Amino acid sequence: MKRFSCGELVELVTAYLDEALPAAERKGFDDHLSCCSSCSDHVARYRATIDVLGDLPPEKPLSPATRDHLLTAFRRSRRA
Amino acid sequence: MPDREETTVRLPPDDDVIAALRAGDEATFAALLDTWSRGMLRVARSYVSTRESAEEVVQDTWLAVINGIDDFEGRSSLKTWIFRILVNTAMKRGARESRTVPWSSAFAPDVEPDGGHAPSSRAYDAFAPFPAGKAPAAARTAPEREVLASEAREQIALALADLPVRQRSVIVLRDVEGCTSEEVCEILEISPANQRVLLHRARTAVRRRLEDYFETAQRSAK
Repeated sequence: MKRFSCGELVELVTAYLDEALPAAERKGFDDHLSCCSSCSDHVARYRATIDVLGDLPPEKPLSPATRDHLLTAFRRSRRA
Repeated sequence: MPDREETTVRLPPDDDVIAALRAGDEATFAALLDTWSRGMLRVARSYVSTRESAEEVVQDTWLAVINGIDDFEGRSSLKTWIFRILVNTAMKRGARESRTVPWSSAFAPDVEPDGGHAPSSRAYDAFAPFPAGKAPAAARTAPEREVLASEAREQIALALADLPVRQRSVIVLRDVEGCTSEEVCEILEISPANQRVLLHRARTAVRRRLEDYFETAQRSAK
């Protein structure tokens, strides 16, 4: 099993969260987290950052004018 | 304005959509417009500084889709094809724009008023844990959660505006819009390793900003 230092862990967080670490490394990562509260906080903050990003309110929709313009363009393009 | 978008409606499989578009089925085209345009606007705004520019970029993209659908070979998914056109269109426009508008204020997304809900308390616990001895974070009042949510969003907008554009586009596609890493690699035409490095740097920068902000906020609250 691979053992990680805190410094190494920081670099691997994104791969870990993407489930892109090979099994042995993933296990080493999980084991480190289970006994290192500062890394575990660190990973929690990454997850939290991703959560907040994912919860941003959506943009307002296309303006009705643009939407209509596009529907008209579509209609015209298929007429030929 | 009534919300036309039905984000919970699933689109039919690509082959059916493509056939319908080629047959001139307007309802299908309208469904694509309504399903993807808001995400496209957000991605466009990673590259251009105003909502107006973003809307023009999205319009130009859809026009290119209309003109290109007959020749679409299906080597990628419809979505990644459309988003790739979008990104290329936005990049060209972004490069031409003069940078007189300060990015950080320009980048603030043009969002639905009161849109979205406050993320779960868990997200804020990580940055702003309840002071020792007080009730668990779940007991935060709704107004407290809303304040936290709006502060976090503002910090995120500022953090995103400060990112290099390549990091910003990856994190917006992945974490804001929820694209998979495969989709992002197809859209941006980058390798998985490159995508991961950009994403890691972007998330680190955003995380740091949230940490610094909440740490400062907590200190001044004491």
